Amino acid sequence: MLAAARWLIYRDLLLAMRRRGDVATALLFFLIVASLFPLGVGAEPNLLRAIAPGVIWVAALLSSMLSLGRLFAADHADGTLEQILLGAAPIGIVALAKGFAHWLVSGLPLVAIAPVIALQYDLPSSLYGVLALSLLLGTPILSLVGAIGAALTLGLRGGGVLLSLLVLPLYVPVLIMGAGSVEMAGAGLDPGGQLLLLGALLVFTAAFAPWAIAAALRISVE
Amino acid sequence: MLEAAELECERGGWVLFRGLSFALQAGESLRIAGANGSGKTSLLRILCGLLPPAGGEVRWRGAAIRGLREDYSRELVYLGHAPAVKDDLSAAENLEISCALAGMPADAGAIAEALARFGLAGKGQPSRRLSQGQRRRAALARLALSASRPLWLLDEPFSALDVAGVALLRALIEAHLARGGAVIFTTHQDAGIGAARVIDLDPSS
Repeated sequence: MLAAARWLIYRDLLLAMRRRGDVATALLFFLIVASLFPLGVGAEPNLLRAIAPGVIWVAALLSSMLSLGRLFAADHADGTLEQILLGAAPIGIVALAKGFAHWLVSGLPLVAIAPVIALQYDLPSSLYGVLALSLLLGTPILSLVGAIGAALTLGLRGGGVLLSLLVLPLYVPVLIMGAGSVEMAGAGLDPGGQLLLLGALLVFTAAFAPWAIAAALRISVE
Repeated sequence: MLEAAELECERGGWVLFRGLSFALQAGESLRIAGANGSGKTSLLRILCGLLPPAGGEVRWRGAAIRGLREDYSRELVYLGHAPAVKDDLSAAENLEISCALAGMPADAGAIAEALARFGLAGKGQPSRRLSQGQRRRAALARLALSASRPLWLLDEPFSALDVAGVALLRALIEAHLARGGAVIFTTHQDAGIGAARVIDLDPSS
């Protein structure tokens, strides 16, 4: 059962390796969106420092959304999704594995390059740790919640736009707590509370999202 | 082994078939015939559990497949209309991964042997460079490693295959029937497999 989940993660990472362009697109999108704000609002250091956590988090939400459309669509089109659903593992485990693989490819790189963006906004280096930690806790939630939307809109025409309308409102709690933790740390307060809430949300999502994804996939392949 | 009771299938408000019942014993093959759009693929998807029937139920060794889920999946091989071959992976990678995901990991030797049987030895390039028939062969190579699965459900397995490929597939199916497996497949043309029972989904007949 777990062997099948490992194989699925291995397969998705292998496919991502073969299509490095897709992975790079989402990362570049994150970099460019986050770099547009200083150009748009002007280079006033205090203002930039104040908006940095929110801007970086919004850019992370959008970039994570960008690759969601491909999460199940490619497998659906070439018939491998049916084979995965008929595999040896329960669909819930399969869904969790797909979400995890998506996070490894689209979420984890954001955690790594966020400090570079923070540099552009002149964020104090003491906040890099909190920013990275909040992204580390928050981006897996984005992948799992997004996978519910991707499974629901599978095979629909214009599913891409519908997917954003469906998923973005659900991202709001993650945005508030993720950006909030960095802002609190910036104000000299303890960000622990917000980070713990984010962690609790991650545990909750990891426990329940796979079943929602599984139910949505079952409906979509009918 | 497999039993279908009063199956009814409805797609987009149209009833494709109703009151379809049959039983399949070990060593038997069943061909599903019918015009385009008569519900052949839908019936196969109902039988493998991907599509819930609008009425009736499918039973595997006496138990309804709705309750068995992946325990039933581990008894069957389903090869659908789409070949389920990833464009970016080679034939060997595709075969290795699809076997592992189905819960029957195969070692490199067995995979190379299965691919060689289907004339795909040494084809290390990504599958998108393979022809339509070669992709079909890459998908069918899984059957050479699926002897342990009693039930084979094959959707149009003979399409896009050349004469040698058809003969190869027929030999695989006959060997499977001889060892006590059961095979259900759809096809337009008579594939000439001996003693195949036929269900015709055409409403006119």
